[in-house]
Amino acid sequence: MDATTSAIVWTKQRPQPSWLVRLFDWKPFLIFACMLPAIGLLMVFLTYPLGLGIWLAFTDATIGRDGKWIGLENFIWLAEDPIFWSSVFYSVFYTAVATVGKFGLGLWLALLLNNHIPFKSLLRAIVLLPWIVPTVLSAIAFWWIYDAQFSVISWFVVDVLGLRDRYFDFLGSAWPARWSLIAANIWRGIPFVAITLLAGLQTISPSLYEAALLDGSTGWQRFRYITFPLLLPILAIVMTFSIIFTFTDFQLVYAITRGGPVNSTHLMATLAFQRGIPGGQLAEGAAIAVAMIPFLVFATLFSYFALARRKWQQGESND
Amino acid sequence: MSDAAAAAAPARKESATVTPELMSWDTRTRRVVTIYVPLACFVFILLFPFYWMTITAFKPNHELYNLRDYNPLWISSPTLDHINHLLFNTAYPSWLMTTMGIAIGSTFLSLFAATLAAYAIQRLRFKGSQYVGLAIYLAYLVPPSILFIPLALMVFKLGLFDSPFALILTYPTFLIPFCTWLLIGYFKSIPYELEECALIDGATRLQILTKITLPLATPGLISAGIFSFTLSWNEFIYALAFISSSEKKTVPVAILTELVTGDVYQWGALMAGSLLGSLPVAIFYSFFVDYYVSSLTGAVKE
Repeated sequence: MDATTSAIVWTKQRPQPSWLVRLFDWKPFLIFACMLPAIGLLMVFLTYPLGLGIWLAFTDATIGRDGKWIGLENFIWLAEDPIFWSSVFYSVFYTAVATVGKFGLGLWLALLLNNHIPFKSLLRAIVLLPWIVPTVLSAIAFWWIYDAQFSVISWFVVDVLGLRDRYFDFLGSAWPARWSLIAANIWRGIPFVAITLLAGLQTISPSLYEAALLDGSTGWQRFRYITFPLLLPILAIVMTFSIIFTFTDFQLVYAITRGGPVNSTHLMATLAFQRGIPGGQLAEGAAIAVAMIPFLVFATLFSYFALARRKWQQGESND
Repeated sequence: MSDAAAAAAPARKESATVTPELMSWDTRTRRVVTIYVPLACFVFILLFPFYWMTITAFKPNHELYNLRDYNPLWISSPTLDHINHLLFNTAYPSWLMTTMGIAIGSTFLSLFAATLAAYAIQRLRFKGSQYVGLAIYLAYLVPPSILFIPLALMVFKLGLFDSPFALILTYPTFLIPFCTWLLIGYFKSIPYELEECALIDGATRLQILTKITLPLATPGLISAGIFSFTLSWNEFIYALAFISSSEKKTVPVAILTELVTGDVYQWGALMAGSLLGSLPVAIFYSFFVDYYVSSLTGAVKE
């Protein structure tokens, strides 16, 4: 840099960086500094509450009063509570039916979008819309669609088609309300499944299909022996996510029915909320939340083993 | 060329049977029935609630509650009453601002933490970094539904109850894992040689991060940012549990708890609120749809 001055000093000392720069260039410190914000936040607001939640489940804490250890009393109390068991049943039922619906329809939509069609990117953008919009807001739209007096579905079926003579009572009794919630959940879940599976479909090499066509395969055989096996790894991941987040769903049920009529549509999450926050029984709410953990662990292990097969965590690209 | 084709076509029709044409007609119908009709049904079902939301927001009440005399699928006299009511008789503008502030704050916080963590895991490569990566991934699988009760207690003890900071600090719990995972994938795609060159030229690690890796990972940062913004905009359960005073609520919570009063639901205002609450994310999304899709699928494919 000093080339313009008269005497060129060839042996110019490289400026010694300040101690701060050197500290940040020291790898162990740099690693520590880089990991600190993420790990710190996750430890304080995720790991610690998780432990605290499990501790709370074994205490008698309420809002404004620190609990003391009471052992399994909360769980014994819950085991005799028919509303708790009905929420467990509905959580499992809701997850099972909604997952089957989402994946059936989502896979179908992905296969449709994988064809050569005009306006493909526009269609893809439209399809994702239900997933982008805040769940509660689309749930309110569904609430209005399911309204007892002014439902557009009832209007269509009764006044236009004339198939029935009475309006549907979607949310007024237990089973119709349960199915209505499942339908709304499927509606919201299809886009995510379809778009992620579409990405999986696009990684399958067309030459496999060409080879299969030359061998005289039928459409079903191509799906069964090429598409499905190659889609399986991504399907397993997406399904784990979907199962976990459907099982712990809260927003949809809270927005549309708040657990009613007569507690018949409570999921475990909504019941935990109702008992824990407005009801003030923190410990009981925490116990219900902790009761969800075994199901989640099961789903996570499923994910881990499905993923471990691909050895992707090692950071090697083997696909 | 076209002449030759035109000449060839009738000739072939005479010599061969009509089957080829029938086949082509058949496949075309088949295509319509197996692809376009189901696709149209999907698009209709996926979009109908939005159409219904929009149309309700602009419908006067007497049309809204009279299905016999007015066609519910159309508006005969559109009105802005509901939106007017929402903007001037409720705290809607302040809810929007709060939500926006919280979403931006938590997005920046998580992007900052996630970028550094992803860089350390993917580029600094310390012993056990893969396990840290896996642990962060597993953190994503812990749903807010099992955390909100202990978090509510913590927030209360920390004196953050009813303050937007409670949400800005807790949203990163589900944003950081996702962003870190996404950015690890992006950093992986940047050639390591670039960093080695910079090291030889005497750059420090931080200079490498700010001058080489981050500019190259901009698409990844944008995807992660958009994703975080939408997720925090849509978050519900923490906002419901940690905020109690009316004017500090976020849009999804406020619409559900403040606009639903008594037994008579203001459907017009509810739908107008839902529409306006959905618009920012929808507009945001429409600008960056490709980044969004790539982040969604990239994270799953990784």
